[in-house]
Parts: sequence; C-alpha cells; structure tokens
Amino acid sequence: MFIYTVKRFALAGLILIVAVTAMFLMIRAVPGDPVSIMLGPRATPELKASLIAQMALDQPIWKQLLIYYGGLLRGDLGIDVFSGRSVVEIVFQQLPYTLEMITLSVVWSATLGIALGAYAAANPNTMIDRIAAAVSVSFVAAPAFVVALLALLIFAVQLQWFPAIGAGEGFWGRLNHLVLPSFAIGLSWVGYIARLVRASMLEVLGEGHIRTARAFGISERRIIMSYALRIAILPVFTVIGVGMGFLLSSAVFTEIVFARPGIGKLVIDSITTRNYPVVMGTVLVSTGLFVLSTAIADLLNALLDPRARSAK
Amino acid sequence: MSDTLLEIDNLSVDYETERGDLKALRDISFDVQKGEIVGIVGESGCGKSTLISSILRLTAPNTRFRQGEVRFKGDDILTKTERQMRDLRGSDISIVFQDPMQTHNPVLTIGRQLVDIQHRSKATKAQKLDIAAKMLAAVGIPDPQARLKQHPHEFSGGMRQRIAIAMALMSEPDLLIADEPTTALDATLEVQIIERLKDLQSEMNCAILFISHHLGVIAELCDRVVVMYAGAVVESGDVREIFHDPKHPYTRRLIECDPGHIKTRARILPTIPGEVPDLANLPDGCIFRDRCEQATDRCHQVPALEKLKEGHFAACWLNHHEEAAT
Repeated sequence: MFIYTVKRFALAGLILIVAVTAMFLMIRAVPGDPVSIMLGPRATPELKASLIAQMALDQPIWKQLLIYYGGLLRGDLGIDVFSGRSVVEIVFQQLPYTLEMITLSVVWSATLGIALGAYAAANPNTMIDRIAAAVSVSFVAAPAFVVALLALLIFAVQLQWFPAIGAGEGFWGRLNHLVLPSFAIGLSWVGYIARLVRASMLEVLGEGHIRTARAFGISERRIIMSYALRIAILPVFTVIGVGMGFLLSSAVFTEIVFARPGIGKLVIDSITTRNYPVVMGTVLVSTGLFVLSTAIADLLNALLDPRARSAK
Repeated sequence: MSDTLLEIDNLSVDYETERGDLKALRDISFDVQKGEIVGIVGESGCGKSTLISSILRLTAPNTRFRQGEVRFKGDDILTKTERQMRDLRGSDISIVFQDPMQTHNPVLTIGRQLVDIQHRSKATKAQKLDIAAKMLAAVGIPDPQARLKQHPHEFSGGMRQRIAIAMALMSEPDLLIADEPTTALDATLEVQIIERLKDLQSEMNCAILFISHHLGVIAELCDRVVVMYAGAVVESGDVREIFHDPKHPYTRRLIECDPGHIKTRARILPTIPGEVPDLANLPDGCIFRDRCEQATDRCHQVPALEKLKEGHFAACWLNHHEEAAT
C-alpha cells in the first residue's frame, strides 16, 4: 500500500508538470498584449519596458518557463500586476469558498445518489425503481448553470428562503449561502451517481459471492449494505475524482450566477483583464486539485478493494 | 421414515421465458437418508443446478414450481416463508458452489466472512474467529490464524474451495449440497478435496448431495446415485448397481463415455450422438428416444421411473421387456 501510494503521487506530480507546461504555452498563445492591457493605452514606453522586464516577457519562452518553475518550487506564483499582492495569497484566499461549495455538492449528491441507486437496485423493476430512474435521468440532463438560475429565481427571489448572492459570514451564514449553489452543482450528480450505483449494484448482486452470502442465510439488508455496496460504490470514487474538472467548471458558472467569491470567479475576472500571473496561478491550483482528486480516488479504491491494491 | 432427511416428490420446475415455459425439471423424485452421500450425475443443462437452487429456494425470479414437494425433515420447503428459509440456509442445509473463484466476497477478509456466517451464534467475535481458524485447520489450510486476515485473492483455487467447504461445514449441517465442487480444480487437487470431504463427512455424519459429471468421483464417494437427463431422473440406485448393471441406455452410454472406463487406445473418444432436446419444446415420449440406439415404438410413450428391485429405479421400456421375457 505504501509503495502504491508513493507511485501514485509520483504519477500525479508528473501529470502536474506536463499540465503546467501546456497551460503556460497555451496562455502565451492567447492574442492580446498583456502589458498594453495592464498599463492602458497611455503608458509610456519606459513603463512598458520596465514591466516587460519585471515579468520576464523579453526572455525566450523556454527561459520564461524555467523562471516560472523556479518560482513554483519556492512557492511563488508571481505578483498580481494590478494590486501588487502575491498570487499565492490571492488564490488561497479564494480557494476555500470554491472548495466548501464543491465538497458540500459532492457530499450531498453522492449520499443521495448512492442511496437512490442502491435502493433501486435492491428493488429492480418496481414502481420506486422506475420513479428513481425517471428522476435520475432528468437530473442528469439539467446543467448546473440552468439549475443555478432557476434555483436563484425560485428559492431566492420568489420564496426568499435562501440568500441570493455572496458567501455569508460565520458558520451558519456561510452554510446558508452554500445551500443553493451546492444544490445547483450537485443535482445532476445525484442522477448520475444513482444510475451508476444502480448498474454496478445489479452487477455485483449477480455475482457468485452474493449467492454464497444468501446461501448462508445472511439477511438481505446486510448483503446489500455491507457485502454488495462496498463493491458497488467503488466506481463512484473514480467518477467523482475524474469529475473534479467538471465540478470546477460548474463552480465557475455557479459562482458567477450567485456572485460568490471563489476561484471560478477569480479566473474569469483575471482572463478578461489578461492578468497572466493570476490566471496561471488559479489554473495551476485547479489543475493541482484535479490531479490530487484523481489520485485520492485511486487510493481510496485501492484501500477499499484489496484486488486493486495488489495488482499494482 | 424418521431416517429420511430430504425427500423430493414429483418435483416439476419451469422457467418462464419469452420462448415459452422452459421445463427445467419434470417429475423428479428421490430421497436422501441421514448421513448418506447421494450423487447426482448428468451432463450440463440437465437440471442439476435448478434442483439445487430449488432445495435452497435460491431461484431466479422467473422460476415457477409447477408441482411436487421438496420435504426437508418432513416439512415442505416450497411452502416455507422466506424468513423460515433463511433460518435453514447455512445452518441445517449448506452448500459448496462450483467455482471457488466466485464464492467469496473479494473485498472482505476471509476471517470476516467466516465470522459473518456464524450470525446465529451468540459467541463473541474472538470465539467466532477461533472456530473459524479451527475449521480452516480441519480442511487443511496451514497457519489458519494468519490466513484469516487475508483476502480471497491471496488464496489459490484449491485453497478457496477448502475455505468454502470449511464455511459449509461450520454449522455442522444435516445436509451438505456440493455443486460440482471439484470441477474447477485440477485432478490432484480433486482427489485431496474429495478425501478431505469424505473424512469430515464421517466425522460429522452429515448427508451430502454431491453433484458432479465426473463418474469416478461419484463412484469413489457416494452411496447412491441419481442419473439425470434433460430435467428428468432416468435411473437411480446403489452406486455399485448403477455402475455394474446400468438399466437405462443413457446411464450405459454415460459410463462408456467416461475416460476412466476406456480400456483400449482409441483415436476418437466415444460420445453420445445427437443433442439434448429443447426443454421449451419437448418431443413426445421418452426424452432420450432421439439419441437412443435401442429405441422402439413403445418409446413414443413416456416410461415411468419403475422400481426394478430394492433401491434401483429406471425409466426405460427395455426393462419392461425383460420382465415380460422372464
């Protein structure tokens, strides 16, 4: 298990290096001169030249990349050209808002999705199974930004049950502000996870070891809860791990709709202002988040499935 | 009567399918006495598995019990509630399945699974683990305490089948059903497992219903044999009787085709020509008629399972001819 963990994180590091390099080159390919945008049309050539030198934009691209990696190793992602604050500080100030929103979305949608899927699989082709299927499919078909807008209109504007914008203060205030955004992000996941768990549960229930458990008189509830579900939920971890990219992109829309702080809003704002260091920093952190979540998903799988552990 | 453990009486079971009812079992009758080892032989698809799942009532949802009874200790199993059935499973009746690679839960330790099946016992977990270790030792697994902490994939196929036997015998059942327990194993292992099973059986004195298509194993292990063909019993009786004086042409051909019985070197192994009839669309008369070399006009009617002598039954018109001649 220890060797597997080390290997998995080494792979994660490698993926991160490739991703950062690709990102660095891509952002340089976006049209628009960052210096003119940052300084405005009336900047003096001297000022421009000094900023170019400060951002090392006069260096060849490979050298810029090396400089960037050098900073990265020291935990330095550069300086925000507008405010002069460190990018690390800016990003990590915004990150918790996004993380708490995503975490809450995943937790509620996975819990509900697993329960729905397991229940449907335990009672296949019953009325409840059919209703669950219909509900799941319509949930899957609802994109986060649509749900976000509708939820905003219905629950915040019309009914005024929950606040419409911002992130709130204090634990309960923040939680109250999280309800609608995480509902919007999680809703399609409920359907997705329910379908996934139902399918994998039905497959597991058809396996020989379940027949063994039944042949030894173990109760159906126990068979479902501790014999089948443990295997059937394994794909859920992988799907959520890989789905982190999707979750982050839903977070961008949702943060805009609810005017919440967070890295989604940060990245949009900094792209429109060509604020390279902040864009790079944000993208780097989200990529790191994605790589980390897939690694955690794999490790959880290995932890819960001894077969996967010894296969690698 | 008190010595009869399991009685199967005119049992007929269908599977409802889109092609119509598949008559998986027709008019099956035989019994198993206490402490007796009964073998069931027959080729794939003859209804052996349906028979086992009917005894345990672990049947597919499309299964329909059309007629007959399965009596265990005098009570009809088919009318029991699911709750009553669950109390029988794994305590009075237990089973060893065919494929040891599929028998155990892959994500739980062997110890956990061996403890879980003792769910009726009031013992503490440590006591249950002790019992589990003793059972593993009894089936010949070295270092059982350590191996309880391992997962199924860390055991070989033979080891897993030993564990399955340990699980099945843990509750000291009255009836052990062994569904081709050695088919998935290689020959040397097969002998070891059979020997072990035989020893444990004489220790615990449980009855065994042993399903196999390996005649050698049946001859070695069983007291009596039931020969099944296409969902029906064609012959049943004492092991020696059946092997030395088979009364049904199918049994005869089956014995001829067993590689263990072929004395001379042949270029082509003997087979029974033809195919098992379609169970959804049964032909008239004797089910073996199309493949039988000795078929006559009488075979257009279904022969009943007749008692030929004490403990020897066969369903074939040929035996009636002999009777008429003598």
